[in-house]
Amino acid sequence: MDSAVLRIENFSASFGELTVLKDINLSLSRNTLTAIMGPSGCGKTTLIRCINRMHELISNAKVSGKILLDDQDIYNTDPIIVRRQIGMVFQRPNPFPTMSIYDNVIAGYNLNGIKLNKEEMDRTVEQSLGKAALWEEVKDALHRKGTFLSGGQQQRLCIARALAMHPEILLLDEPTSALDPKSTAHIEELVSHLKTTVTIIQVTHNIAQAARVSDFTAFLYLGELVEFGPTGKMFTGPKDKRTEEYLTGKFG
Amino acid sequence: MNHTIADVAVPTARSKITLQYKRVVSEASFRKILYLAGLSLLILLVAIFFSLVVASLPALRQFGFSFLVGKTWDPVRGEFGALAFLVGTLMSSFMALLIAMVFSLPISIFLGEYFRQGNVSTFMKSVIELLAGIPSVIYGFWGLFLLVPLVRALEVKLGVAPQGVGIFTSSLVLAVMIIPYASSIGTEVISLVPSDLKEAALSLGATRFEVIRKVILPYASSGIFAGILLALGRALGETMAVTMVIGNSNFLPKSIFSPGNTMASVIANEFTEATGSLYLASLIELALVLFIVTVIINVLGKLIIHKMSARK
Amino acid sequence: MKGMAEISIHRRIWADKLFKTLIIVLSLCSLVPMFLILFMITKNGISVINWEFLTQLPKPVGETGGGIANAIMGTLWLIVLAFLFSVPLGIFAGIFLSEYRGGKLAYLTRLSIEILQGIPSIVIGIIAYVWVVMPMGSFSALSGGVALGIMMLPVIVMATEETLKLVPDSLREASLALGVSYPRTIMKVILPAGLSGIISGILLGVARVAGETAPLLFTAFGSPFMNQNILKPINSLPLTIFNYATSPYPDWHTLAWGASFVLIAFVLGLNLITKWVTKKWTVQF
Repeated sequence: MDSAVLRIENFSASFGELTVLKDINLSLSRNTLTAIMGPSGCGKTTLIRCINRMHELISNAKVSGKILLDDQDIYNTDPIIVRRQIGMVFQRPNPFPTMSIYDNVIAGYNLNGIKLNKEEMDRTVEQSLGKAALWEEVKDALHRKGTFLSGGQQQRLCIARALAMHPEILLLDEPTSALDPKSTAHIEELVSHLKTTVTIIQVTHNIAQAARVSDFTAFLYLGELVEFGPTGKMFTGPKDKRTEEYLTGKFG
Repeated sequence: MNHTIADVAVPTARSKITLQYKRVVSEASFRKILYLAGLSLLILLVAIFFSLVVASLPALRQFGFSFLVGKTWDPVRGEFGALAFLVGTLMSSFMALLIAMVFSLPISIFLGEYFRQGNVSTFMKSVIELLAGIPSVIYGFWGLFLLVPLVRALEVKLGVAPQGVGIFTSSLVLAVMIIPYASSIGTEVISLVPSDLKEAALSLGATRFEVIRKVILPYASSGIFAGILLALGRALGETMAVTMVIGNSNFLPKSIFSPGNTMASVIANEFTEATGSLYLASLIELALVLFIVTVIINVLGKLIIHKMSARK
Repeated sequence: MKGMAEISIHRRIWADKLFKTLIIVLSLCSLVPMFLILFMITKNGISVINWEFLTQLPKPVGETGGGIANAIMGTLWLIVLAFLFSVPLGIFAGIFLSEYRGGKLAYLTRLSIEILQGIPSIVIGIIAYVWVVMPMGSFSALSGGVALGIMMLPVIVMATEETLKLVPDSLREASLALGVSYPRTIMKVILPAGLSGIISGILLGVARVAGETAPLLFTAFGSPFMNQNILKPINSLPLTIFNYATSPYPDWHTLAWGASFVLIAFVLGLNLITKWVTKKWTVQF
């Protein structure tokens, strides 16, 4: 299905006087992986934090324009509902330290007071950990604390935690930048399988990684969306000079 | 990575997420509760001050300023002058401070410069912490049964009336009690003296003693002073240990060995027997004076500390 | 450093060594009182401790024996009351201070807490007298609990604030990103992460107020009876020690040593437990 699951229309964001995103227009198809790239400070993290309405948690943050999730304006919806439909995984793994692995995965339900029966909980935990390629490694230790895992495993736990909510969109904010190469490879592999069932947006500063996993790529520079298109085409024949310079390593 | 990934999203779970959405406490109400909690502490402090003032009004009106300089405290005749207690408080507290500093300053140097880490340091720090944790009434009990006989023997030697109890004894007990307070901030500031300053002096050939005297102590002086202020504040308000060894006399003390009373100890002694609103109000006025003085000293001490950390 | 060349090196080294010795000696001397106190209490108090001592009520003057059961019970009651008055309010105020760090009210609240901490305990006792004893017309455990609660408040608030400040923002973000509301994020994620510090603060606060006498002199007032009614006067360990130690009866002095032993054991025990709690339960981030 090629319907646009996410549409961003004339969207701008700022912190007080400083404008960080200028007039972004973007349309993302369902079950694809879009990489968002650009040099530091280009606004890529801000962009995804606007998509799940985390940007506005900072006191002088402002936005204008529209972001539509399945044709619904997320800025007209309760942010809590938006965040339950759009999951996020952060740069540094952040499992809840007081909870076991099991409880971490279904934290989205427990913390929100959503009651599941034991069977549903077990099923959700197993499925989510499975999708995050972590089930085999932890299935016998589900009641240990999440912080005993290695960095790569913790990040997969965070992915499982986000997936347990069955989100429409999964936002990944440089998910492998704090990990070693082996864990990075694991996560890249799991993400390329995941994208067939959930729409993924991944911020990355690793050009090679974007080339490996993404279907589409958006290139941001100084808050503007410079170029957007299928990854293969963009990397072999970028239309904008700035894109070309970034891809060839002239800056960033 | 062998698990089958293709898994249709479970509709029941999803609808549970979006449908089961009722807020027990909204964010706005929760933030209001937090705000109220903070505000209530401010209100508590202000209410304490106002209650003290209102409750001491009869005495304030009757005596005015002469309350503080009146020498006679005679409940029978309704004359309430607090000079004896002011003098007793100042004498015992300042003497205690002087005695305490003889030990607290070395402790600060010990922990802040010579033994900053390791078993000796941990031991010393733990013992000092314990000293601070011993209840006041136990200090008083100990003072009553150990220090009072010792002071009595001393007074015999000196040819002074051998009562054992008195202002001197109370300042001894107080001194022990405030050593931890006087030394804690001093320890911290001494240990925070930048090592490049110390190394500069050492590389010029100074001995450690000279570095302490000429570099560390001057640098840490305001912190040490703040610690002394805080210890003074503590000494001024101390009640139980003092009341057990000070002799409880309402007359102006003639010497350091005289029995006497502090503002805190006379309240402890006489409050439950105070009859009549003027008597009660006078005792409460003493509490008001104590309140104001300790607040000022504490604020001063904290101001010095904030200024120091701002300077860095 | 002028004049140093003139003083011989030997004298300066000698002065340096003497100074260090002096510092060490004076520092160690200041430890003496603590060991003296512990020694005296143990020596005089331990022989008094037996089952009757801990479970019987005090006997009137002249009769031997008797115990401190009502004092122990009273101390526990007062701790419970102080806990109820100070912990919920204190924790929420601590959360407020850590969430609104820069604000004006936060500054004033923090200032109030620091001032409250320095108020002499006897003044707090007077406040409890004016606020509770006078309207009630009688002394009561309740008024004692109010006084001790006011004294415990700053400890709880500061412990909560300090602990919560150490909880990293990433935890808050993880929770909010799951669509958890702000109140739930605070209460179910941030607060549990800081629980060990808060519990330590509570234990230290309890250790502090368990030994307080002055604020109870005219609030809880003391009583020779076992009392479970919080609207009536109640005894406590420190009050018992005070009354017995300052009495003219040697029998009572002995009992006072025993009661001191129990009190010190309790307070020091709490301090040790706090250290253990901090070590064992501190959450690694």
